[in-house]
Amino acid sequence: MSASKDKLRVGFIPLVDAASLLIAVDKGFAAEQDLEVELVREVSWANIREKLNAGIFDAAHMLTPMAIASALRVGQPIQTRLLAPLTLAINGNAITLSHRLYDAIADESGGKTAPLDTAKALARVVRRREKCNEEPLSFGMTFPFSSHNYQLRLWMAAGGIDPDEDVRLLVLPPPYMVESLESGQVDGFCVGAPWNSLAVDLGIGRIMHLGSEIVHTLAEKVLAVRSDWADSHHTILLRLMTAVMNGAEYLSQEENWPETARLLARPDRVGVKEHLIMRALSGLLPAGFNGVVKSDRRYLVPATSLDARPDERQAKWIYEQMLHWRQISPDRDASKNARQVFAPGLFDEAFPAAIGEKQQNEPLDGVGAFATL
Amino acid sequence: MDAALKIVVVEESPVRAAILEEGLREAGYTNVLHIDRTTRLLKHIYDADPEVIVISLENPSRDMLEQMFQMSRIVKRPVAMFVDRSDAASITAAIDAGVSAYIVGGLQKERVKPVLDVCISRFNAIERLKDELDRTKSALEERKVIDRAKGILMQSRGVAEDQAYNLMRKAAMNEKKKILEIAQSILTASELLK
Repeated sequence: MSASKDKLRVGFIPLVDAASLLIAVDKGFAAEQDLEVELVREVSWANIREKLNAGIFDAAHMLTPMAIASALRVGQPIQTRLLAPLTLAINGNAITLSHRLYDAIADESGGKTAPLDTAKALARVVRRREKCNEEPLSFGMTFPFSSHNYQLRLWMAAGGIDPDEDVRLLVLPPPYMVESLESGQVDGFCVGAPWNSLAVDLGIGRIMHLGSEIVHTLAEKVLAVRSDWADSHHTILLRLMTAVMNGAEYLSQEENWPETARLLARPDRVGVKEHLIMRALSGLLPAGFNGVVKSDRRYLVPATSLDARPDERQAKWIYEQMLHWRQISPDRDASKNARQVFAPGLFDEAFPAAIGEKQQNEPLDGVGAFATL
Repeated sequence: MDAALKIVVVEESPVRAAILEEGLREAGYTNVLHIDRTTRLLKHIYDADPEVIVISLENPSRDMLEQMFQMSRIVKRPVAMFVDRSDAASITAAIDAGVSAYIVGGLQKERVKPVLDVCISRFNAIERLKDELDRTKSALEERKVIDRAKGILMQSRGVAEDQAYNLMRKAAMNEKKKILEIAQSILTASELLK
């Protein structure tokens, strides 16, 4: 049996939003599909991209905007066409701030906690610092082409802040976020799970907003493959997608969360304590002060057949963000190229039963920032 | 000669940085600067104002460099990743060796290729050293296990050292196992029998 298994090498970054992929391997759903998957834990998104492009990985856990950027040939040294046939996770980020900045915002907002109120309060903090000739505030995010970057920017813009002029946005690898907040290199950050909860647990920061409060229903990560590989390994890809989907279905059952947390806690997976992973899965995140718990059932959703189908509206939204924040220039073909990264056709072929199921995949404005764009 | 080409090596490990710097100097590059800190990395790079940046794939700070593609005002001149599209093998060689290079300010790729080649060969040499070290270490571990098993045999059977060794060797031959496996089962058994 094992001799006939197809071998795949798949890269991932230590984040809970890779859970359906990791569980697919660790709970044997991949083996059920006659796949022997070697999971490789990577340290940077740039490595994920290069190793996928160069054929060292067959598939990878990838930031949705990174897959789209590849089609637009920006920030992409090796020009290989990528496809995203499956969404791995919806949502999953949060904005965490230093105690000091959190307090400053709370003072300015008079205790109001809606994202629009906190954004306006942040703007007042920013202006006051300007007046006193203090250093601009710095915020960490994980990659230029990432939902974290856009969520931070949208939140700030809603309050009247120009994220390119009034503050500093720094790219930091997720595992470095917490120590950068502790050392004062940044005053806050937007990152995926479990890193916000780790900052809370260490008493270093407080969760200000869940990503889902800023933009609700955002295709956070995709399963990415090379287009030519998808052609030459068609049935293997469909089996891999089935395995990952079975992983997501497993994760949708609450009784499976403790086992999932145990598996993801291992050092060669996410490598943090189980209870931190449980918080992300349950959507109940202690915010780090006064016993406040941020809660959203859809804080981080491992995408099942309801929302795993790549949705053009997501691609379009991300493309518009790239344009708006001047990461790319307008181009007649670009919007079309951006949308072509998504491969809903492969999804429909792998999961014919899911066709016609309700798709909940449009990014929704949580902060009132879309209106200002 | 490209002696003056300004190269920045971003590397947290001092040993690895030293090996890279030495390699580049031997190849005739005299203007090599090492940045070992990841905090304020972009500022350090801005201050150094290099023409080539070399960084290992193991370094999570690579994603920080990605920001330079976007924000040319952080670095004075545009930055691109070095890829010789005419040579797919060199891309794979670089990724296999675990190194990547960035070009600042539209430097000609012909001038960067030899820099990357030096780094690839040095990185491969580091890997070989690491493998050798790992092998030496595990050989030492094996030695320890065999010595401890020998000691147990000497004590419980009242035999001399060479006889104890011969006993294990014979058992290994009879059971078609490695002497290390026999030694390990002796240690396990003696733990259980304590």
